[in-house]
This record gives sequence, C-alpha cells and structure tokens, in this order.
Amino acid sequence: MAVNMYQSLLKYKKYRYLKASSILLIVCIVIYLSQGPSQPANGGTTQGYILGSIATFIILLLTYLGIRKRQYSSNLGNLQGWTSAHVYLGISLLLIASLHTDFQVGWNVHTLAYSLMLLVILSGFYGLYTYMHYPRVLSNNNTGGSQDVWLEEMSEIDDKIKEISISCRLNERLYVLSAIKNTSLKGGLFNQFKGKDYSKVREQEGNKKLVSNKNQQTVINILAQAIPKSISQSESSALNQLLTLFSRRQRLLKIIRRNLQIKAYLKMWLIFHIPLTIALLAALFVHILVVFLYW
Amino acid sequence: MQHNNYKVVIIGSGPAGLSAAGRAAFYDNKSPHNQKSHLLLESFNSPAKTIYQYQKGKYVMDEPGFLALRSPLEFSAGKREDILDSWQKGIEINNINIQYDSEVIEISGHHPNFTISLKNGSKVQSENVVLSVGLQGNPRKLGLENDNESQFVRYTLEDPDEFENKTIVVIGAGDAAIENSLGLIKQNKVHIINRRNEFSRAKQGNLNAVLSAINSKSNEFYCHYNTNVKSVILPNSNNQMGSIVLDTPEGEIVVECHCIIARLGAIAPRKFVEACGVKFPNDKPDSIPDLDRHYQSNVKGLYIIGALGGYPLIKQAMNQGYEVIEFINGNEIKPADHPLLEQQFKLLPYAMDAQRILELYQQRVPMFRKMNALAFRELIIESNIVIALDDESFEETSITQDQAMNAGYDKLTSLIKAGDYIFKQGNYSNSFYTIVEGEVELIKNNTERFVLRAGQFFGEMSLLSGRPRQASARASNDCILIETPRRIMAKLMNSNDEVAEGINRVFIMRALQAAFNPKLSHEQMNKLAISIELLEFKAKEIIYNEGEQGDEMYLIRSGTVSLSKGKGAQKQTTLQLQSGDLVGQMSLMGNPIRQHTAEATVRVEALKINKKQFLTLVQSNSNHIKVLQSQLTHLIKESNSMGSVVEASNTIKFLLDEGLGEATNALVINENLCVNCDNCEKACAETHDGISRLDRENGESFAGLHVPISCRHCEQPHCMKDCPADAIHRAESGEVFIDDSCIGCGNCETNCPYNVIKMSYAMPKKPGLLTWMFMGLGNGPGESLNPKIDSKSKESGKKAVKCDACMDQKKGPACVRSCPTGAAIRISPNDFVNLVDGS
Repeated sequence: MAVNMYQSLLKYKKYRYLKASSILLIVCIVIYLSQGPSQPANGGTTQGYILGSIATFIILLLTYLGIRKRQYSSNLGNLQGWTSAHVYLGISLLLIASLHTDFQVGWNVHTLAYSLMLLVILSGFYGLYTYMHYPRVLSNNNTGGSQDVWLEEMSEIDDKIKEISISCRLNERLYVLSAIKNTSLKGGLFNQFKGKDYSKVREQEGNKKLVSNKNQQTVINILAQAIPKSISQSESSALNQLLTLFSRRQRLLKIIRRNLQIKAYLKMWLIFHIPLTIALLAALFVHILVVFLYW
Repeated sequence: MQHNNYKVVIIGSGPAGLSAAGRAAFYDNKSPHNQKSHLLLESFNSPAKTIYQYQKGKYVMDEPGFLALRSPLEFSAGKREDILDSWQKGIEINNINIQYDSEVIEISGHHPNFTISLKNGSKVQSENVVLSVGLQGNPRKLGLENDNESQFVRYTLEDPDEFENKTIVVIGAGDAAIENSLGLIKQNKVHIINRRNEFSRAKQGNLNAVLSAINSKSNEFYCHYNTNVKSVILPNSNNQMGSIVLDTPEGEIVVECHCIIARLGAIAPRKFVEACGVKFPNDKPDSIPDLDRHYQSNVKGLYIIGALGGYPLIKQAMNQGYEVIEFINGNEIKPADHPLLEQQFKLLPYAMDAQRILELYQQRVPMFRKMNALAFRELIIESNIVIALDDESFEETSITQDQAMNAGYDKLTSLIKAGDYIFKQGNYSNSFYTIVEGEVELIKNNTERFVLRAGQFFGEMSLLSGRPRQASARASNDCILIETPRRIMAKLMNSNDEVAEGINRVFIMRALQAAFNPKLSHEQMNKLAISIELLEFKAKEIIYNEGEQGDEMYLIRSGTVSLSKGKGAQKQTTLQLQSGDLVGQMSLMGNPIRQHTAEATVRVEALKINKKQFLTLVQSNSNHIKVLQSQLTHLIKESNSMGSVVEASNTIKFLLDEGLGEATNALVINENLCVNCDNCEKACAETHDGISRLDRENGESFAGLHVPISCRHCEQPHCMKDCPADAIHRAESGEVFIDDSCIGCGNCETNCPYNVIKMSYAMPKKPGLLTWMFMGLGNGPGESLNPKIDSKSKESGKKAVKCDACMDQKKGPACVRSCPTGAAIRISPNDFVNLVDGS
C-alpha cells in the first residue's frame, strides 16, 4: 500500500470531486441555458424543477456527512472522500441553487431558504479555511509537545514556585502564590476563541485587591523590581529563581492559551454551520411544501 | 521396627518419596500378614524438608494444570502450612512407615540385596531402593569471587520478615527467586536480576505475581532484564552496605545493597548418586541420570524419582512416587498424562501404543534425541500433532474427529489435506514445526523449492526473527508434524542448550543460504555455520563506526539497524535495515573503510561473517555475486538519496526513536492536516467495544509528524513475551491482538515500551440511537462520558486492551477511514522513504 501522507482533503484522489463537481456544474449551466424566454427561468420551469431537485439532493447528501461521520464501521468510502466531496459539492451548490432561483429574490420563505443556504455555505468556507490553515499553526505552536506536556510542566513549575517561595518574605510569598491561584485558563469556547487572559494577582501594597496579571507580566515586573532591593543573598537568589520560573510560566501559558484558541477556531465555526443547516432543512421543507401547495 | 529386610526402601520424604511410601503402605495394608514391607527414610526431623523450609505462608502451586494427581496423599495448590498438615495426616492415615533423623550415607549391594547404611551406624536391607532425595542443600553458586555463603551473599531465604527497610538484590528468574522477592518487597527495596528478557522458567502463578509486583507502583521493586552479575563487592563490616556490579543492556551499573540472595537453582548431589553406581550421561553440572520408563537407573532395583530425576514439580513427583511402586510390584500402569498423549495421537495411522509413538518420535528427530524423555513428553502434550491426509481419508478421519470431539475430547490430532499450505509466505504465524513422518515442501517466491524430510524442522526464522514467513510450506501425503507454539519453543530453547544450539545452527545455515545462495554441500555449510559467531547488540549500541577499517559484515537475525553519517548534531540517519538484511557488506565488496556508522536501534542479534567465510560463500556460486552487487547498488542509491535530504534523515531518526523501526503497522498523523476532531479515537472506541485503543493527542511529534500512543504491531512484540494466558497472538496478516482469554495480569502493559496497552473494564453497551436521543440513557455515538461500569465487568476485572489494526473491519483500520482530512495514515518501515519524500 503506497502511502500518501500529504494529500489534503482538497487534493483527495487527484481532485476527484473537483472534477466531478465541475462536470455537474457544466451540466447544470447547460440545463439553465436551455430554457426558452417564454417564462422566468426559475423553479417554475421544467429545467428549474430539475435544478431544484438536484440542489435538494445535494443538500441532503451534504447533511448526510453528519451521519456518515458517526457511522464508524461503514464501508461506504472513507471519511476523507466524503469530506472532500462535501466541500466541492457545497461550493457547486452555490451556483446550482442560484440558477434554480434565476437570481430572483424577495421577502418570502423561498428567499429565506436561499439565504440560509448562503449562510451555511459561507460558514463552510470559513470552516474550510480553518481546516486548511490552523493545523499547521497549531503544530508550530506546539513545537513537538502537546497540551498535556505543557500542563504537566506548568504544574511542576507551580510546585517549584511554591517550594522556593518558602524562603521569601511573607508578603512576597503570598504575592506569588496569589499569582498562581488567580491564573486563568478557564472560560467557555467563546473565551478560548478570543484568547483573552483573565489572570489576576493581588496588589502587593495597599488594599491588596486583585489586579490584572495579563500574560504574567505584572508578577514578572514586580519580581524584577524586587531583586535589586533584596536584603539577603538567599532572598535575591530565591527571587531570581522565581523570576526564571515565572518567565517559563509566561511562555507556557502563551502556548497553552494559543492552543486552546486554535482548537476553538477549529470548532467554533461548526456552532454556526450545524444549526444553520438545521434551519436550512426546515426552511427548505417549507419551501418545497409551499411550492407544491400553491402550484 | 519389626524387621530389617524390606521389599522397598524409599530415601527422602519429599512429595515423591511420601507418595511412593503411601502407595507401598497401601499394599502393606492390604496384605494379610500385617507386615511392613516398606520403609521411608528421612534425614530431617519432619517430612518434606524442602517445603518445610519454604517461606512462611508461602503459596504452593500445583502445576502443571493439565495433569491429574495420582497419589494416596492429598495435594492441591495452597499455603505451605496447609499442605504440610495434610501430608502429616496422610502419613498417619496411610500407615506410612517413616523413620526420621536417618541420613543415608551409603547404598551398597545389588538387587535384591541392597544394604543401606545410615549415619547413626545402623544398616537396612532391601530388595529395591527408591531415591527421592531431591536437590536441596546443593545450591548453584554465582561463580564469582566473593561468592561464598555469608551474611551478605546468601543462597537461601527462610524468613523474609528478618529484613526490614533494607536494599536487597535477588538474583535469578526461577520460582525461588520470585517467591523470595515477593516476600521481601513489602518492607524492603528489592532488585531482581534476570539473565534473560522474560521469566519463562517460572510457574504461571508466580509469573503473574512477579509481573504485577513489577507493574505496581506501590512498592520499590526493580527488575533488571537481560542482566548479568559482573562482580560482588563485600561490605567492610557486617552492618554496612556492599554492592553488586551489574552488566545491563544500558551498560554497567552498581547497586548498593545490604544483602544478595542468589537463587540459581540447585545441583544434583551427584557424588552420592554416583557412589551408588548410577551413571550420568555427561559432565554438565545439571545433567540428569539416565532413567528408563520405569524410573529405574542403570543399577537394577535402584529407582530415581522427583527433582533428582529431572522433574522438580510437586504433582509430577507425587505421580512418579505412585507409579514407581506399581512398577516395582510388576504392574505395567500408564503415566497419569497418558490419556492426553493418546488424544494427541488418536487420529494417527498407527496400531502402536501412545508411549511407543512418543519414543519413536523422540528418536526420529536428532535434535530431540538427547532431551529428557519426560521433557519431550511435556513438549508433545503442549504441541499440536498435525497429519496431512489425501482427500478421501481426510473426509473419513474428519468424521471420526467430530465424533471424538462430541464425546468430550478437548484436544485431538489436527488434520490438514495433503498438498494444502501449512502456512504461506508473508504470513505472520509463529509456531515451530518438526517433521516426524513424510515430507514438507518449502516454496519461496513461487520458484525456489526445497524438500524437508522426517527429523528436520522449519519455522525457525519466524520464531527467532519475528518476521513473516519467508517461504510457503506444503505438506505431502501422510506427512506428520509436531506444531509447537512459540511460547513453548522459547521456553525449551531457554532451558535446553542442545535444542537451542540445533535450532540456531539450522537458522544460520538457512539464513546464509537465503542471503548468498552458495553451492556448498551440507557438511561444508554445517562447518561454516558452526564457525559463524552470533552477536547480540543492545539498543543504541554501535556495531561499527564510520571511517573504521572493517573486514566483516553482518546478517541481521532480529531487530533493526540504522546507518548514519556524521557525528553529534551533524549526524544524519540515512537508512535503516531489518532482519534478513546485510550490514557492512561494502567493506568486503570494495572499500574496506566503513562509509557509515551502524547502530542497533532496538536489541539486535546479528551473524558476523568475516572475509574468509564470505569468500567461501560467494566463491561457491559466482553467479550470485551479481545479485549481491546489485543489492548493494540499490542500498547505496537509497542511502545517498536519503542522506541528501537533511530534514528527511532527521525525520527518520525521529521515527526510529519512536520505535517505528521495529513496527510493522503504526499510526502516524500529519499534524499539518489534523484538525483535532478526535474522530479517529471515537471511531476506534465505536468499533472496539467502547474503548479507544489510541491516544491521539499524546505521543511525540517532530517536523509536522505526530506518532500517537497507539500500537506499532512490532516485529517481535514485546507484549507477547510473558503472557501467562497465552492470550496475545499475531494474525497471519500481521496484526497483534489480545483474545478473550486475557486474565488481566498487566504483563503486556508493563512490557510494552510504547505504553499502548491499557487495562480497562468492559464498557457498557451503548443504547440504540432512538433510546439515546429520546431517553438520554448512556452515551450516544462517538461519546464516552463517564460510562457506568456494570457489576459484572467489575467482577471479571480489568482486561488488557490494545489496537488490533481493525483486523475484523473489512476495509481496514477505522481510525484512518474516519479521518475527515486524511491526516491519519498507517505505515510500516518500508514506507519511510515515501513518507519523507512526499510533498
């Protein structure tokens, strides 16, 4: 079995589904152009009806990917093929459905279905972009490691910080411990998507309320300022070690946060793509029903 | 004592002696004279000294499981104390005439007038003598300086509780070493030194226990495999620590310890036995006196049973005790495992008794001839007897076979049709075959044919290299084969030098034949094979360095070798070679200066072929030189093309470090395509009882390639060694899988260097789609959130689960088929070049 490791879903089997979709498109354009001028070339004509049927079939086929993806023992092609076909058929649907509408729009359920379809395809384009672009970004960000590796290193660093801080003055100790305690990686998909850092640290002076420790910068600044002021060699050495550890911590948090963000990018679009698809199916059903009722 | 002249005197009241005395007492009790015709002499003050000296509370096993007990005394697996109690009672109930504190110092005279002299000066007359003194009291020593028994170096351990918070090194891989270690680990730090890479000599129960102790993280127990003791450094004073220098695959290490306990087995009290007139076949320290089927030695009337006769297992010894009395009484009874043997031979076209067939077969195979008859018997019972029949007799015999199976036989002779393949080239089966009758034709690449005849064997390549079959094998009509499972054969090779030597020599001859196609006579080849050295390299060991002058080449027997150029950061891996490949031939075929550094990526066994041997091989068939030259040209081309792409060679190095060099089928993910959807894991779980066998996110990455935690289906699967239930198999197509007979011991989990096996409860069955959607019961498709483990699967415990490469899935691995972006692929080392060359 020859292995091709570098075959993206667009290039699948030498662009098999690009070729297939292109042929389908040409056929559809020919069908569209074959219409006479007697009546508007929309879904009302025989050709329009055929185009509508093709478009409906494609929509169902595209939706079926969601089911096929979960049919883990299915022998009906492999999932990469299905996804490749999904992308190209989805793109051709844009034109086929437009031909079916004869580019007519209005404030009605028909245009609602059409617009929903446009939104689904649009979100799909964005999804395709994330799938093509972000894996590489994620791989580069991880530089050979993985989320678990980083998290493990983080917890080791935190343990070391806690241990070293024992030899610091109480105020400094409480300060660094508060920085660890208030480091935030939490938040739902949306927060991860934004990649915003909500980490906090309590103020060293004054009323000790929590202030932003974005990117661990506050704590690093305070430690750097404290080193020249240290009163003993042991304190200075401890602070130096803490600074090194916090710098590494800063780097790790950046990687982890970026990882979460990229993974959110890879998932986020589906939150629009899937519900919009369901809405599209509903609108499509109404569109077809209405057309038949008011023939 | 009523009189001083017995029919039989039994010396030694171990399991064998007790059982013999019990049977003799049975006959005495039956006799109307009410006279004791038997006497059991014991040098100690209680019976079964060896067992008496076992660790307190020790669990005594009753292996081998397939054998029924045949003795007037009871015995089943249990605690040392319970077993000793039951034997004590047995002595009373059976009226055994036992005499304690009676050490025998001499046996003289002849049948039927033996005189047995005791240490206390008294003498006993007997017609027959049964010697069942076992091996105790004569431990094998380390054979090093400072190995005399002392506080620091010990050869026994009676009470492990004597040690607390100490560091102790236990040497040995047998039952005694394992049991001592297990007794010590509760309150001490223990190192166990195993000369080999598995505990193949241990009993099943001990095997499970020691491996689960090694696996367990709760105690300080370290196992050093493939390790030899180099030297012992005594402590300066009694309470200080001494140390032991170990030669491990990773290099020499020094372990500081309070005590060394060496359990290297025992040597027969040979001098005493020889003084009785018994002859030994050779001078080897572990040699066993020649005995006939009735356990009678060359001295008429002198019988030897139990460990001294070569059989150290309790049940076997007890059965022998019973049987020897029957033989002395002239009753030709059959050994207890006779029915098993009969079943094995049932469908063979002989009118002979099973015992005769056994003897015949042992004589027919030169390699087995010198084996202990009882060991050969066990080999046959554990093997499968295969007979090839023509169509007509096949049909007829199949009916008999079905009938017998329905009648409750559990094992029978296997049938194949004459002319059918026993295995085909490329299959991954690994049993070992010995021909006892008829012929087998080996066919390589559909063109080369060899015929093997009775007495010869085949299948040694797969046994030793773990590679797929190198040729197809086809049986002739009426051919009879002994098919021995890999595990049994490995055990035999470990314990029997003659068999190991025989197989190794034939392996070398055939490997040379395959590599060089020499036209030499059998004698010449044999001579050459004996002169060729088999070398072993540890993982990461250098075989030779670039720039060195070389005048030998290597033929890889197992493992993989990587070739690289340059040093340090400039080092570039340019090629990797597998078993069956030649390494370093360029030095003998042109430039003697090594062009590469050859390094063992995993443990490697290789045959070293020097210039003279090489010339003998190639000069006998000068036509083959062209083949060798073109192979070399191919190799040079490949290695140069790889060497020219620095990134590629680093990638190869990464893959080799990840163990893909010994892989046959491994999952690799292209990070530049992977969208982290985990559909591969979901697909794996959904197609394998709800448990994913791969961990996508973890595992190492390099240059956009990610090797997830997932089975590599190694050439020589590490998981397969030491599986007590023999539950791990290799499918003919190469997949390594675990069957339902897994007992959940965790050995494979520990043995796998890639952490791809995990122990898991059986997952609950998933609800139907509609039930899930509308009732919210359990997990839906692709989900595996907090599954509720039912009590039944909890009861049966965790079982080992691993990837089976979806051998049951028609279209191949679910992980790959379910990847939406094509990031997941499965590769073998042959695909490396493709992999790094692709763009």
